[in-house]
Amino acid sequence: MTSATDPNFARPAPPTPVARAAREALFAAIIALGVFGPLLAFRTTQDMQNRLIVETRYGLIAIVVLLVFAGRFLLSLWFTRERPEAGPALGARLSGLMPQGLRDIVRTGLPPAALVALFVYPMMILSLTGGSGALKWIDNFGIQILIYVMLAWGLNIVVGLAGLLDLGYVAFYAVGAYAYALIATKVIPATFPGLGVWAFWICLPVAGILAAFWGVLLGFPVLRLRGDYLAIVTLAFGEIIRLVLINWTAFSNGYEGISTIPRPSFFGVPFNASDTGFAATFGLEFSPVYRTIFLYYVIVCLALITAWVSNRLRKLPVGRAWEALREDEIACRSLGINTVNTKLTAFAIGAMFGGFAGSFFAARQGFISPESFTFMESAVILAIVVLGGMGSLIGTAIAAVAMIGGTELLRELDWLKAIFGRDFDPAQYRMLIFGLAMVAIMVWKPRGFVSTRMPTAFLRSRRAVSADHVKEGHG
Amino acid sequence: MSEAILTVEHLTMRFGGLLAVNDLSFEARRGDITAVIGPNGAGKTTVFNCITGFYKPTQGRITMRHADGRTHLLERLADFRIAQEAKVARTFQNIRLFSGMTVLENLLVAQHNPLMSASGWSIGGILGLPAYGRAERRAIEKAAYWLDKCGLTDRADDPAGDLPYGPQRALEIARAMCTEPELLCLDEPAAGLNPRESLVLNDLLRFIRKEHGTSLLLIEHDMSVVMEISDHVVVLDYGIKISDGTPPEVREDPKVIAAYLGVDDSEVEKVEAEVGL
Amino acid sequence: MEVFFQQLINGVTLGSIYGLIAIGYTMVFGIIGMVNFSHGDVFMVSTFIALIALMILTTWIGVGSILIALLIVLIVAMIFTSLVSWTIERVAYRPLRGSFRLAPLISAIGMSIVLSNFVQVSQGPRNKAIDPILNHVFVLSAAGGYQVTLSYKQILIVVVTAILLAIFWWVVAKTPLGRAQRACEQDRKMAALLGVDVDRTISITFVMGAALAAVAGTLYLVYYGVVNFHDGFTPGVKAFTAAVLGGIGSLPGAVLGGLLIGLIEVFWSAYFSVEYKDVAAFSILAIVLIFMPQGILGRPDVEKV
Repeated sequence: MTSATDPNFARPAPPTPVARAAREALFAAIIALGVFGPLLAFRTTQDMQNRLIVETRYGLIAIVVLLVFAGRFLLSLWFTRERPEAGPALGARLSGLMPQGLRDIVRTGLPPAALVALFVYPMMILSLTGGSGALKWIDNFGIQILIYVMLAWGLNIVVGLAGLLDLGYVAFYAVGAYAYALIATKVIPATFPGLGVWAFWICLPVAGILAAFWGVLLGFPVLRLRGDYLAIVTLAFGEIIRLVLINWTAFSNGYEGISTIPRPSFFGVPFNASDTGFAATFGLEFSPVYRTIFLYYVIVCLALITAWVSNRLRKLPVGRAWEALREDEIACRSLGINTVNTKLTAFAIGAMFGGFAGSFFAARQGFISPESFTFMESAVILAIVVLGGMGSLIGTAIAAVAMIGGTELLRELDWLKAIFGRDFDPAQYRMLIFGLAMVAIMVWKPRGFVSTRMPTAFLRSRRAVSADHVKEGHG
Repeated sequence: MSEAILTVEHLTMRFGGLLAVNDLSFEARRGDITAVIGPNGAGKTTVFNCITGFYKPTQGRITMRHADGRTHLLERLADFRIAQEAKVARTFQNIRLFSGMTVLENLLVAQHNPLMSASGWSIGGILGLPAYGRAERRAIEKAAYWLDKCGLTDRADDPAGDLPYGPQRALEIARAMCTEPELLCLDEPAAGLNPRESLVLNDLLRFIRKEHGTSLLLIEHDMSVVMEISDHVVVLDYGIKISDGTPPEVREDPKVIAAYLGVDDSEVEKVEAEVGL
Repeated sequence: MEVFFQQLINGVTLGSIYGLIAIGYTMVFGIIGMVNFSHGDVFMVSTFIALIALMILTTWIGVGSILIALLIVLIVAMIFTSLVSWTIERVAYRPLRGSFRLAPLISAIGMSIVLSNFVQVSQGPRNKAIDPILNHVFVLSAAGGYQVTLSYKQILIVVVTAILLAIFWWVVAKTPLGRAQRACEQDRKMAALLGVDVDRTISITFVMGAALAAVAGTLYLVYYGVVNFHDGFTPGVKAFTAAVLGGIGSLPGAVLGGLLIGLIEVFWSAYFSVEYKDVAAFSILAIVLIFMPQGILGRPDVEKV
């Protein structure tokens, strides 16, 4: 339907591919001039007197338009050569480029390999960098990505399995983080100061339970809602919680956030330079890297627990009910499934993992503020779930590594300054590229990286269900 | 004559200004196949949706009587409790399978409630207690039994959405039977089936009644199905019951013929002759 | 009482802006059943286009009459914003039509991220403030030491909104284009079978929504005099709330919803608390969606079994 009416494709007598590509490229270039022109050719900026003035950047817009022209030209040429009649949409044509066997390799070989890599990663980094640079690689890449993997796996229960579109997942992350921060900085010092070193291990389950409770609380009113409406209401809830955290300063200290949150201990042994600290206890030289490595293994365990539990639940009646709910809610009710409880369980369990992750986040940062829990975080987590392929743990993990790791890598591209000049900071393009990647991946593979579904039980043989049959849920 | 399993009394359903069902009363007897027939828009599916709890009737009472003497007032139960406690299962006019799940999984979802308690509300299941493993094996055996009865054993591990239309209908019936209902409500089970599939369906429905003691209530357009297998027929038109009796009685009823074929009373005989009645 | 009147004036002004943005949401939702998440950022882009056009006109070319300058700015903003929206639809939404339901939503969220970060990168993260324009005010009443004022720009906003809504209304109600839009809204497949160019109609819907958002963007610039790259999200959500409150899919509903949201926000800030005004907006959004998802002027949605 799309290509049939497209002026670019449906030409009665196609000219030579090159002429056609040139024409399409020219059209694209004109459009690009219009789209990018105002904002790229002119830049508003403050002058010495702090007044707004307009600067011109004609060179930049010329480069961009030329790039669009060249890109579109090559793309048209490439695709006309592939398929002269130019059939399906761009996305479908692009996915033809993906190797056929990749999906099977991903499913069978990747999980064990990834697991091994996960456990040796800090050691590998340590030996490669010799300690000094290791902190950044373990923390920014390892821990950072794993937090997102865990969050995405938690949200996957709600969105991927139960088909309930949740755009406010970050609220539960915030509940977990604030639960840990407030209990560890206010409640424990006031009641049982001796338990200080155990704070993280006491608060972790509490944070999870609190988040699950909030999951039920916020899940209850939205039970009847479907699809985009559910997404918007959950977005509203997420924003309300963030705005309350900002404005209710007596409770949360507002924008200032909560600092000096106690860091986790090695099961009672703190990571400090004292005689009872981790390094002294184990006869090592003190280094902050031990805590980072410990945190890394904590989040690895938390993420693996999330994966294990959700995988297990999927094969239990409740998990089947979630998936059935995603497929057809009315049929579920006709089979005696209590859809209210089923949905609330999904919300609660998803929220619980969000709470665990939040509490870990607070412990890792030592400081939290409402800035960390914006809508953008929810969008990023949801994007990871959808890009990975809803319901697929492997796909989700791949998406998290690609999206978070990929954008994080931009911080490492300092050599680009040599090309683009001293003011060029690749990191500020992080979210721009993230957004572009979201759009591109959706157009390329609308059902995500791993779109097939593995059955939870079989009579003779387990065969993957293709994405064409799997529904995405109405809620 | 056996006792009534389902008694509908003074059922009225109003949507805004539209009176879909008006003061309908009828009975379905235990062990019978009861058919509700009527022209398009007569309110048949509305009656079904009231019985199975998807609509709350404006007025009236629907009583389900179990073999052990317990009774349930269906208009007071939430829809999922009607399947779970009152043991009334249903199928849908436009088939509602879990198309992205396999045929077997469809039948396992139908056994949700017993499996749920066997899994200790998931806690025992997560811990991997053996009780759940046994329960799941039993559930798969039961599913395999129904797959065998529907001739779907070979397709057990295919996605339900892959099945042709006829087997999808059969699977939906099998899925409803996996909830172990005492009353099975079928919404146009023969719609879209070819004559051969229709015969197979008749056999399946007879088998269900005979071997499982399940009473059947069905809405049907296909007269060959209705007349051949039902014991009792209720005819609706414009939400009102116009006839009620055995298939031969109903077939003779001039009001039914008029309603069905939309002719004047004077032309009834001519039409009867044409359709071979 | 004076406070009340003042807030009423302010609320209607703000509500006009929300209403103009809300139409874009409601039309797109009506025709393809999608929450166009990037619409708020399209609005934000339009404020920047308007800003740049205004700067060029006043500082370089030196257009004397501010009203003529604003008229040109309005037209420029409408044209360029429409082009941006057309391109977004073409690149990010059209390839996903008829595909997995979540894909367009994710794509739209991605686009929203792209737009706000593109503006941040290309124009810088700082607030852009212009010299105040059209500042003259009429004092309507000065009883009890409290002045009730009506400024030129408030008059301008309400008048421009009214004129453009009238034009827009005429297009949707009286032209073949509007008829094609309403047909696509009812049944896209059937409309296509009857010879309506559905893709083109949808493109035009995006363009019209963006043009009205650009009007809102220009008025926003005139009213507040400050724009920022992250000013797309909150006005976007409020305008969406307005669309939902009025009944999504309903055009008069969007305008009515916009006015209500504007009034509620202004009165809430005046009488309760400024800090929690966004909480109020989000709460209304949640409450309306939960308890009356059909809105004030929308059609109820009946669950089919």
